[in-house]
Amino acid sequence: MSNWLEKIVPSLVRSETKRSNIPEGLWKKCPKCDAPLYRPELEKNLSVCPKCDHHMRLGARKRLEVFLDEQNRTEIAAEVEPVDRLKFKDSKKYKDRLTAAQKNTEEKDALVAMRGELNGQPVVAVAFEFQFMGGSMGAVVGERFVRAANISLAEGIPLICFAASGGARMQEALFSLMQMAKTSAVLERLKSKSIPYISVLTDPVYGGVSASLAMLGDLNIGEPKALVGFAGPRVIEQTVREKLPEGFQRSEFLLEHGQVDMIIHRHEMRERLDSILRKLTRQPDA
Amino acid sequence: MNPNYLDFEQPIAELQAKIDELRLVGDDHDGLNISEELEKLEEKSRTLTESIFSDLSAWQISQLARHPQRPYTLDYVEHIFDDFDELHGDRHFSDDQAIVGGIARIDGQPVMVIGHQKGREVKEKVARNFGMPRPEGYRKALRLMEMAERFSMPVMTFIDTPGAYPGIDAEERGQSEAIAFNLLKLSSLKTPVIATVIGEGGSGGALAIGVCDELLMLQYGTYSVISPEGCASILWKSAERASDAAKAMGITADRLSELGLVDQVVSEPLGGAHRDQALMAANLKKHLLETLEKLNGFSEEELLERRYERLMAYGINSEQ
Repeated sequence: MSNWLEKIVPSLVRSETKRSNIPEGLWKKCPKCDAPLYRPELEKNLSVCPKCDHHMRLGARKRLEVFLDEQNRTEIAAEVEPVDRLKFKDSKKYKDRLTAAQKNTEEKDALVAMRGELNGQPVVAVAFEFQFMGGSMGAVVGERFVRAANISLAEGIPLICFAASGGARMQEALFSLMQMAKTSAVLERLKSKSIPYISVLTDPVYGGVSASLAMLGDLNIGEPKALVGFAGPRVIEQTVREKLPEGFQRSEFLLEHGQVDMIIHRHEMRERLDSILRKLTRQPDA
Repeated sequence: MNPNYLDFEQPIAELQAKIDELRLVGDDHDGLNISEELEKLEEKSRTLTESIFSDLSAWQISQLARHPQRPYTLDYVEHIFDDFDELHGDRHFSDDQAIVGGIARIDGQPVMVIGHQKGREVKEKVARNFGMPRPEGYRKALRLMEMAERFSMPVMTFIDTPGAYPGIDAEERGQSEAIAFNLLKLSSLKTPVIATVIGEGGSGGALAIGVCDELLMLQYGTYSVISPEGCASILWKSAERASDAAKAMGITADRLSELGLVDQVVSEPLGGAHRDQALMAANLKKHLLETLEKLNGFSEEELLERRYERLMAYGINSEQ
């Protein structure tokens, strides 16, 4: 990997000078180090900045695509779609927000679930789509999560979740709060059947998602520098009226405070999880 | 403005002031038929209260749920239970006074009582952190739930919190994990769990002691995924729109009961629970005993299956 990285870094430096001739859409500025990055290369690098190693957000479908083997993937519970039970309306109608999010992300809701394989071992993997209303958890996210977990239960195969969420979806009010209890309950079943559940915390994970399914892994794993917490930094600052410590709520902070087992670089996610899961399920090394 | 009354109750406060004044006058002028006049005014005050309380908005109800004189968990403990032994501490870090718990008897039957606790006076409010628990509060609750399971005691929880505490220390010690683990544990706790929202049901901080076999809610309690102010400041970009947010989220007992999210609405005395604590507690006790009797009728297996099915049914239409 590092050879490959070295190869693309100079090309990026060179390209800075010719930037004006290149269509806007092909370039993306790293939000961390401001380096202009060539999109196709960035994508090949799994949206990790080759200059500063910043892990950018990855869409749910993309996440599963790069995590699971190419063969034998099937989507779970795609047919479950959101319903506006409360006819919720703030400055916009919830219905319109849903339609806009669906159009924007080409997803029906904020969680994508798949049964697939990881280096040949069968697994179920789910990923949050942060671009869909901040990855917020409503009834569809809860239901899809449970149906994915039920496949893990039925087949006795591990469940992996890539969380990226601002928390519960306000527009579904108490229904969304109850998804915390619902998803935690199905995870209790996995635990009691000794089926591994790995929770990968990707930037960001807050509120009701953090305080339920995301913190309940047999292993909780952070991506580098991901922001993870119960309350958002702004709310905390307003409450305690102190400056927050350096690196507060980053994966590294969570590791130091005993809340995640390890931090794994996105490039190593497949191999490391494969190795961990093989140990937990008493299979020989691949 | 009389501070004992909320803003929408001011007409009642004015009338009550007149009544009090007349009572004073009454002592001086024996000749006038004061008592008849008093009776008329008292009747008028009752009718006025009835009329105001018959049509409260969601926002007015949230103010009642947070009323400074509203009965808290320990008030109900005093009225409803006997022989309460408070148990302290999470055995790891400290004793969080925003959650109280202990063993007690209800009509002779041993139970585990767990509830959020707010403070009455400034010093106590601070000690209780305004009813906002830190992780150790939830871990104390967990310890008591597990003890209840070991000794086959039903668990009765009382929910009354603005939410889990958003502080640096709470984050460092794993606020999210503490809440999440309680949700997981409660979903399969091998003993009946009855939860009652007595005041504010503030989000995950409430749910962490609220996963149950039967959810009761006092008539003027609220239960929501975020406070009306929080919701308003995010979705309307202005906390001033809290009353709109309260309405849109449907946070009241009646609305949540219609939506099938609350099992029983416990009615409050005229003017709210704080107007007559003893009556409120007696009514709640009746509901708790009936519910306990019903849940005691299930075998352990039936109880857990029923609880699990309830959780799985949240939020999804049957046709999907």
